[in-house]
Amino acid sequence: MKTIDARGLSCPEPVILTRQAMMSGEAAYEVIVDNNTSKENVTRYAQHQGYKVAVTEQDGEFTLSLSK
Amino acid sequence: MENEVKLTKLASCAGCGAKVGAGTLCNLLAGFQTHYDPNLLVGYDKSDDASVYRVSDDLAIVQTTDFFPPIVDNPFMYGQIAATNALSDVYAMGGEPKLALNIMCIPEKMDKAPVQEILRGGYAKAYEAGAIITGGHTIHGAEPIYGLAVTGFVKPENVWTNSGAQPGDVLLLTKPLGVGILTTAAKAGLVEQELLDKLYVQMSTLNKYAHDVLVKYSVHACTDVTGFALLGHSLEMAQGSGVTVHLKAQAVPYHEEAYEMADMGFIPAGAYRNRDFAEAGVRVVGAVARALQDIFYDPQTSGGLLCAVPAAEAEGCLAELRAVAPSTQIIGYVTEKLDSAIYLEA
Repeated sequence: MKTIDARGLSCPEPVILTRQAMMSGEAAYEVIVDNNTSKENVTRYAQHQGYKVAVTEQDGEFTLSLSK
Repeated sequence: MENEVKLTKLASCAGCGAKVGAGTLCNLLAGFQTHYDPNLLVGYDKSDDASVYRVSDDLAIVQTTDFFPPIVDNPFMYGQIAATNALSDVYAMGGEPKLALNIMCIPEKMDKAPVQEILRGGYAKAYEAGAIITGGHTIHGAEPIYGLAVTGFVKPENVWTNSGAQPGDVLLLTKPLGVGILTTAAKAGLVEQELLDKLYVQMSTLNKYAHDVLVKYSVHACTDVTGFALLGHSLEMAQGSGVTVHLKAQAVPYHEEAYEMADMGFIPAGAYRNRDFAEAGVRVVGAVARALQDIFYDPQTSGGLLCAVPAAEAEGCLAELRAVAPSTQIIGYVTEKLDSAIYLEA
């Protein structure tokens, strides 16, 4: 599974990175972000692309597991 | 070469999206000692667009300032948009800008040519507005910033605050929404140049022309829709006026392309801050799509005027406004205060 580390980045960079990674068309990805805006925006993007999103939070960081 | 560096790449945040949230501002400003002065007609207590001070029975001065990092790569356009946005607060108070001062920050290594172009943009808009730029202040810093401090004139009895909306008024909005979302999506290269050019023209269109129409009508309240978005500014108007503002979601003008971009998650951080600030005062009636709500929370750079006029004057006002601001729509109405400051109606 491909991991996209988008910590330290602000909108819209994490969405752009996720979008680029998804060009490879895999069934699952993991995206790590460290702010609420990025969590929400990456979730929206993934859902728009037909992925299911599960979020876990630890120490202010969010790990988004995307799967088809 | 320095002058090939894209202006927007130097900015960490786009336009009014850089604005500190309304909730944070309220906390920062709470509790300071200030002089009471009966001639201060509008201060910051009602979260209005600008302050207004009565100098004599027939003259009050309007003061405001606004500045932000580059929202566009073309420096001349950036200057025009920043100046248009700064001048707007004077129009939103019913005034006419007279004097302005440049506020500028430039990276030490930035070339002279784009800096001059930014300033040229500012001067062009100030000139169009009938105002004179008399000086300013420039410092060095990591990212470029430009804007104006503006002084305008208004007759004391003609001041438009955001706190005079009355039951029976209708609300008009003069520019379409979605600018923040679209400029965010543009950073991912997802917005056609043609649309971007349209946005730049919109953001550099002075609210002077809408103002000049509105002075002929009984404006009860007015504000410009900028960083706090339609819902943030509507909330301030509703709370300041002690009324409930009803917004008809389907009637609000917005750029269609912003809808899909919001669905794809190209939503500026400012929109989330606006939602956090205003959501508790917004009651959604019926089904209003998430993406549409995002557009209503989207921070606007140099947005249009939101004004409340009596229902009897609405159609005439709408027709005349459309001649100078073609996207103008009647977007809602005002009632007595209900259980929520805003009803967002499907």
